[in-house]
Amino acid sequence: MNIKRFLAVFKARNIEFFRDKSSLGWNLFFPVLLLAGFTFIFSGDGQAVYKVGLIDALQNEAVVEQSAFFKTKHIDFIDYEAKDLAHLKLSQHNIDLLVNFRQQKYWVNESSPKSYLIEKVFLGEHNDFKRLLTQGDKIRYVDWVLPGILGMNMMFSCLFGVGYVIVRYRKSSVLKRLKATPLSAFEFVSAQLMSRLFIVMFMTSVVYTGCNLFFDFYMLGSYFDLIIIAILGAFSLISLGLLVASRSKSEELIGGLLNLSSWPMMMLSGVWFSLEGAPQGIKIFADFLPLTHLVAGARKVITEGATLVDISYHVSALLVMSTVFLVVGSYLFSWNTER
Amino acid sequence: MTSVISVESLNKVYKDVVAVNNISFEIKAGHCFGLLGPNGAGKTTTIEIMEGIISASSGSVLYKGKPVDESISQQIGIQFQHTALQDFLTVKETLSLFSSFYQSTIAQDKLITLCDLGDFLHRDNRLLSGGQRQRLLLALALINDPEIIFLDEPTTGLDPHARRNFWQLIKNIKAQNKTIVLTTHYMDEAEQLCDDIVIMDKGIIIESGTPHHLLTKHFKDIFIYLPISQIPEQLMLEQQWKLQGERVEITTHNVEKTLSLLMKKNVSLEGLHIKSANLDDLFLKLTGHSLVEEDIGA
Repeated sequence: MNIKRFLAVFKARNIEFFRDKSSLGWNLFFPVLLLAGFTFIFSGDGQAVYKVGLIDALQNEAVVEQSAFFKTKHIDFIDYEAKDLAHLKLSQHNIDLLVNFRQQKYWVNESSPKSYLIEKVFLGEHNDFKRLLTQGDKIRYVDWVLPGILGMNMMFSCLFGVGYVIVRYRKSSVLKRLKATPLSAFEFVSAQLMSRLFIVMFMTSVVYTGCNLFFDFYMLGSYFDLIIIAILGAFSLISLGLLVASRSKSEELIGGLLNLSSWPMMMLSGVWFSLEGAPQGIKIFADFLPLTHLVAGARKVITEGATLVDISYHVSALLVMSTVFLVVGSYLFSWNTER
Repeated sequence: MTSVISVESLNKVYKDVVAVNNISFEIKAGHCFGLLGPNGAGKTTTIEIMEGIISASSGSVLYKGKPVDESISQQIGIQFQHTALQDFLTVKETLSLFSSFYQSTIAQDKLITLCDLGDFLHRDNRLLSGGQRQRLLLALALINDPEIIFLDEPTTGLDPHARRNFWQLIKNIKAQNKTIVLTTHYMDEAEQLCDDIVIMDKGIIIESGTPHHLLTKHFKDIFIYLPISQIPEQLMLEQQWKLQGERVEITTHNVEKTLSLLMKKNVSLEGLHIKSANLDDLFLKLTGHSLVEEDIGA
């Protein structure tokens, strides 16, 4: 690899991005608008269905099933074997109420309106249960949704900023002109990848820092760990963009393929709501999406103070996905100069 | 003079379309070589195979006796027919970007002077006029000081003034003893610039040689045109001259003798126009259809 050529293409792509005022503006303001909007709309919790955690439920199935509360519609019941995890989920708005039927105790999160409401329903049948408050730091919905919104913005920037741009270059013969020079495909692709990584990390940092001045985000973990998981997530999403754009010359096709890649991630990667209690099939499918691991990893660092070792599953998943996308994308990549 | 490029039995087939059909020719070092023909003749396909951009279905292209490989990109310069440049970069930044791709490059100041880029050096690529854009693309083709320069229809879409300016640039480059391979469907451009030409139509070579050689080979006659109103009917019947709209076309190999005849018959010479055959006429003669009509239809 010729570093001089790589740096020249890297620099040219960065100039192109930062001088495109409309694209730059969109990348800056879109996540801010989303954050502001969701903070306004979901000042409490944004989930439509109540989620109730159960402790020791498996060992006391009969007791639980006798309860009329257990048969109430529109409530998801989630079993937790680890009590600490269940308390954490309640404190972080992933669930709205936590119940131990055997010990006749329940916990509420007093900062959550949904927790308040579901408690009223619960007390209709179990007013003899002991009321306890959840322990640990409490987070707002905006703190919970922040990694999702930033992750989603990164996803769009990575997929469309790489995939769409490469197809546009190919269609307008920019790639053909570059192919006529000694620039290799590897130098071109790696420069695009690194340029987009730099842009995404820079823009996300600016958005995070700027919003932090207004929202004063919750942060339990280390910023270093957060940056690492963000870099890995962005890298895998860019690699996915390269893979999708590896051959096509059609902007219409690539638009469809990028939407096909991004929409499932937007809906199923835990951007807007927790996948706690979701059907197992959805959870398995979501596990194959890079955004799931980016959001889950970042959220654990931010809200649980997790380290890279704690989120090693997400780190490994992103590394594996990046490798697969990059190898297949590089193998399939074509300047596509034939008519 | 030695051949710098040899094309042998070249074929290119796209699905069911034969774009290039078994063509062979040689390009001499230091010459300006023209590939002529209407749209769809196979010129661009041929030149792009020579550049190593697309592969041939069969046949070979030899550069100084060796098959074309990736290393050729260091030694040639290319101006494509349709090329977009990266948006938001200035002319100077685009030159710097392309300079970085090559081991050795021509001094940027020299290039700017040669291609006359000085007035718009800091202008965004998107804001260049057609002529300015073509000059920048030519500069990019010259940036590595190549031995051979491929120019694919470089003046298509330019106004007459910009075209003539561009021809002068090509003449300046040619004066530096560079080999130029030019495709065009403008026959006046080929006559102005090319030492050797190959005329293509529908993927095959229909004629080749120097412009002068081809014209003298195919045309012994000169054309004289006069308004029809000035020619007596009797004379028209005697001579069987052809009508071309409002004019009479008189074909002759002896202009003096024909003019004497006209004067003897008291024909007024007002509106007289004398024209020797050009490459457009040659193309019409060889193919039975005009280049201009092809362009309009394309």
